[in-house]
Amino acid sequence: MAKISTEKLNLWYGDFQALLDVNASFEPNRITAIIGPSGCGKSTMLRVFNRMNDLIEGVKTSGKVLVDGINILDSNADLVKLRKEVGMVFQRPNPFPLSIYENIVFGERVHSENVKKDKLDEIVEMSLKSVLLWDELKDRLKESALSLSLEQRQRLCIARLIAVKSDVLLMDEPCSTLDPQATAKIEELMRELKNNYTIIIVTHNMQQAARVSDDTGFMLLGELVEFGKTDQIFTAPKDKRTEDYITGRYG
Amino acid sequence: MRKIKEFIIEKLILICGIASIFFVVLIFLFLLKEGLSVFNIVSPFNFLFGKSWYPISEPPQLGILPLILGSLLVTLGAAIISIPIGVGCAVYIAEVAPGKIKEILKAGIELLAAIPSVVLGFIGMVTLVPLVKNIFHLPTGLTALSGSIMLAFMAMPTIVSIAEDALYSIPKTYKEGALALGATHWQTIWRVMLPAASSGILAAIMLGIGRVIGETMAVMMITGNAAVIPQSILAPVRTLTATIAAEMGEAVVGSEHYFALFAVGIVLFFISFIINVTADLFLHKKQ
Repeated sequence: MAKISTEKLNLWYGDFQALLDVNASFEPNRITAIIGPSGCGKSTMLRVFNRMNDLIEGVKTSGKVLVDGINILDSNADLVKLRKEVGMVFQRPNPFPLSIYENIVFGERVHSENVKKDKLDEIVEMSLKSVLLWDELKDRLKESALSLSLEQRQRLCIARLIAVKSDVLLMDEPCSTLDPQATAKIEELMRELKNNYTIIIVTHNMQQAARVSDDTGFMLLGELVEFGKTDQIFTAPKDKRTEDYITGRYG
Repeated sequence: MRKIKEFIIEKLILICGIASIFFVVLIFLFLLKEGLSVFNIVSPFNFLFGKSWYPISEPPQLGILPLILGSLLVTLGAAIISIPIGVGCAVYIAEVAPGKIKEILKAGIELLAAIPSVVLGFIGMVTLVPLVKNIFHLPTGLTALSGSIMLAFMAMPTIVSIAEDALYSIPKTYKEGALALGATHWQTIWRVMLPAASSGILAAIMLGIGRVIGETMAVMMITGNAAVIPQSILAPVRTLTATIAAEMGEAVVGSEHYFALFAVGIVLFFISFIINVTADLFLHKKQ
């Protein structure tokens, strides 16, 4: 069963329609890439999945977004629970200006009533191990997270989501501020994590989409033009617009 | 021709720049020159920690401890009142208030800053002083507490506007990150925004306190001006600033009293200086 699916999803910023009847479904344990030129609505769509668009004034939506079968666009949807399950990694790594340790246990502190020190320590070790930072950072946990390199910061942000036991990782151009080497490492991490997560990555780097993803969706002007297996999209696109984009006619 | 014009303008601006430093140095030197001679009569220790201030008795007793404690007590009271309200107000304006209310509040805060302190003192004298007197059943409402409350109003605009700036300049990504992890609005403010803005908020508090400690007119009108070591916040006190303002007019130029008042000025100068430098350190730490 699909982890996340959308039915006739429309979204407006004021009078501007940014998403147009999007129907898509995202399978667990796979990496789905959303590609398309800037302004096509790919980030907007990602931000619907954890309702981050609520922060912007004048956003209206229609249609359905089902996460585990529950429509999260309902006005009485539990946003705290949703955001705990559907975590987001941002374009610019955004660790809080706190210690590395406090960054990782932030979720636990926010979500549970009484926190025990051993439990927190356990969470920190487990999360940092999953993003392969434990060996590098285990002696520096009290240092500010802002002392880390960009790549380490982005890993830390992923660790923060692992710590709250998210099921879904939404990644909004997670490598756009990283150099090629760091990008390769993050991609490797994504492949490792996909066994336990549903990963959706927005990228305007087609090579990246081709490298890491299992499924790919191509968006243009708010419309999901084509959605399918990555191999098929990149080798035998069905839609002329997809082909034009992939072969570099525009974008 | 053009070159000469550039040259002259450049030098003129340079003079303007130097002038401000020059005046500060001049004021400081003048203070030192006038104030230091008091130490021919009393030792610096007895001056700072002497318990009685009777400048016109014979021989004069020039201990400013009651004045220092008066200033500290009033300032402390004002800080206790204005810091929570000021920071709370800043958080509300920066984070919670919807557009229109935000504008009204900001305008209100600016207006509060624009009220001359003598007017605030006057209003305090006719409204606050009787109120304090009646609530606590005191012989007089002219107390440190009245001064603290009034000064809290004066510190508020500084604290609110600088703290609000600090909160506003935190990268939006921190807030997004916290919300995306499922934190509530309040948890985001408390656990991420306030720590991130802490140095700016501390600077705001220091500058607010700096304003309070240097304030003269309002405290002179409503604190009772008794130069004794205050036993409680409900007793009249006299601050360093009020002492200078009240006594300078009647001190004989060149007398011990006159020099002592300048020395009080030096003490004030140092207190303000330390507070401003601390505030500056916090502000720079932020960047």
